[in-house]
Amino acid sequence: MQRFEAGAVIDGFELVEKLPSGGMASLWRATNPRYDFPLVLKIPFLDPGGDVSVILGFEAEELIMKRLSGPHMPRFAASGSLAQVPYIAMEFVAGTGLADIVGKAPLPVDEVASIGTEIATALAALHRQKVVHLDLKPENIILAERGAVLLDFGLARHAELPDLLGAESSVPMGTAAYISPEQVLGERSDPASDLFALGCLLYQLATGEEPFGRPATFAGMKRRLYHAPRSPRDINEAIPRWLEAIILRCMDVDRTRRYVEAAHVLSDLSNPDQVVVARRKPRDEGGWAAITRLFRKTDDRALVGRPTSSRTQAGPSIVLAAVDLANGSDALAGEVLSETARVLASRADSWLACVTVLKTEIIGETPATDESGRSVYLKRLVALKDWAHPLHLPEDRISYHVLEAVSPADAILNYAEHNDVGHIVVGARASSAIRRHLGSVSTKVVAQALCSVSVVRLKAVEEQGRQVERNSASEPRTVDEDQ
Amino acid sequence: MRIAILSDIHANREAFDAVLEAVHERGSPDELVLLGDLVGYGPDPVYVIEKAAHLMADGALCIMGNHDEAVALNLSNMTENARFAVQWTRERIAPAHLDFLARLPLSLQSEDRLYVHASAERPGKWPYIRDVDSAERCLSASDARFVFCGHTHIPAIYYALPGRRPVHFQPLDNVAAPLSDLRRHLVIAGAVGQPRDGNPAACFVLVDTQRHEVTMVRVPYDHEETARKIQAAGLPGWLGMRLKIGR
Repeated sequence: MQRFEAGAVIDGFELVEKLPSGGMASLWRATNPRYDFPLVLKIPFLDPGGDVSVILGFEAEELIMKRLSGPHMPRFAASGSLAQVPYIAMEFVAGTGLADIVGKAPLPVDEVASIGTEIATALAALHRQKVVHLDLKPENIILAERGAVLLDFGLARHAELPDLLGAESSVPMGTAAYISPEQVLGERSDPASDLFALGCLLYQLATGEEPFGRPATFAGMKRRLYHAPRSPRDINEAIPRWLEAIILRCMDVDRTRRYVEAAHVLSDLSNPDQVVVARRKPRDEGGWAAITRLFRKTDDRALVGRPTSSRTQAGPSIVLAAVDLANGSDALAGEVLSETARVLASRADSWLACVTVLKTEIIGETPATDESGRSVYLKRLVALKDWAHPLHLPEDRISYHVLEAVSPADAILNYAEHNDVGHIVVGARASSAIRRHLGSVSTKVVAQALCSVSVVRLKAVEEQGRQVERNSASEPRTVDEDQ
Repeated sequence: MRIAILSDIHANREAFDAVLEAVHERGSPDELVLLGDLVGYGPDPVYVIEKAAHLMADGALCIMGNHDEAVALNLSNMTENARFAVQWTRERIAPAHLDFLARLPLSLQSEDRLYVHASAERPGKWPYIRDVDSAERCLSASDARFVFCGHTHIPAIYYALPGRRPVHFQPLDNVAAPLSDLRRHLVIAGAVGQPRDGNPAACFVLVDTQRHEVTMVRVPYDHEETARKIQAAGLPGWLGMRLKIGR
């Protein structure tokens, strides 16, 4: 096997300094004038007759890294052929390793939430690119200035590529402390597996303990299918119920009850007041129940539930409905509601964020600060809940947001971006000369949204349309309120 | 190097023309291969044979499929519809066409690539590669890095490491699948003229050796017209119906 020294040159990459690394590959800081970012070379240990999984992992990582882009992964530079000198050259990402942070756990709640938000954002970006990481752990996460960056795609799976790694192995692949139950059973294609690992990380950050320890055997790893870890608040009372609810929902063995998308975790972490804290029933376990449970033959596959892909492909996970309730619930608001219902119907576990904007005249003026402002805010919130009521959504599928802003469009766009909304439904008032001149909320939302937008407009007969135009021309204040 | 591979054209003029147009839209390939079964099932054997001869004169490679052999040698060891189509075809083509089919080779090797219609394992017996076992037997009958077959009408790629069982992958339509430096590959091309994977669009294989990629390119064509011709020609109705549903 080839050993490399500092100063050696591989395909134009000069090795500078060896970095600490695991047992699969050596890591080198490197330079190459062709690239304008700091570089690291990952060179797999390929002993003749050595573990074939090293080759398979290298192959998988190279195939996947080449196809990834965005701030949450190291930039891919080049790779060397397995037939010659195999290596992957990628960006060296400066930042704090989560491995250094996890040693200081338990961390304060807001720090856990903010780290969780960063990782969930990175996972959402990864899953959007059809890749599941499958080995999320502190050593593979760097908190950089640009957000969390995920490393090491040696166990990862791309939905459109052959799973050469999984096909060769019958043993579960992953890290014992964080591996999901379905991975333990050999399944390697569900993004929800990364959310399970995220739950384990949050658990550890919040409590200072690993939820399942580090079992060394298959049977030990499989225990997590049958035995729930201690609840986080048992270990650390300072953990609020909403955070515990998020952690446990990430870690649900049954994928029909686990979060399905990173975007939803992200949204819950940033809106704690909207998290539904289920009152968990204490298990009624008399002696007889315990005995029947002992003899009941459980199918492990049934425990982990169906893969989430059937749901994620059906429609958007988070739908944002923006409704203008400044003048009460009018016909347009009703139309927005109908369209929202149609979008939600495409997916059984979709989730609705109802947004209405309370316009403030100038920046800095916050109407909710004084008593009358507070009541305006509450009135609008009540109106918003009343508007959404005909949808009859259970409370864990809906949230309500009265945003105070100068520009309704900016408020809607900002909310959508930060909560990884998959579809926006927004109303548009009939066209008018002034609205054409100043631009409308829906126009701006359509132009700048990062997701699909449905624009809802009342079907009006021509005569009415003209009438509306005359009215709105005389009332310029309503111009911007066509959310 | 870019290679276009067209398998199982089955006398389907509309599919053949649409695929050739799609091939040339992507820039002329460095190697064009007709992977057997030019005729059988479809209503335009003369057109397809003459077009194939023309392409061969321009450097294309062409090998024999089981339907080509059956038509050339008047064999009847096939399913009823296929047998009927063989007789129908024989009645409509000239001796020169028969001669052209009879002279096609069972396999061809080009650099590290082997082209064979059914399998490298006993090519003249026309075995089907439908599972890892038959794929393994095919790969062990050849030492080529890439083996390209057709015959099943269902696209597949088998990746093989020495001493290990091949790994099956069902390539996605129009999405490049990787080729590995380390592995040998068995690529089963989908059919141009009679797809059976549930997608009625014609399928051909595009290999890019620089990019280490192979793609099952899908080309929609006017299968209604082909089905109409099948009907008009008095060929079995099922042969037209299956073009509409891709089975």
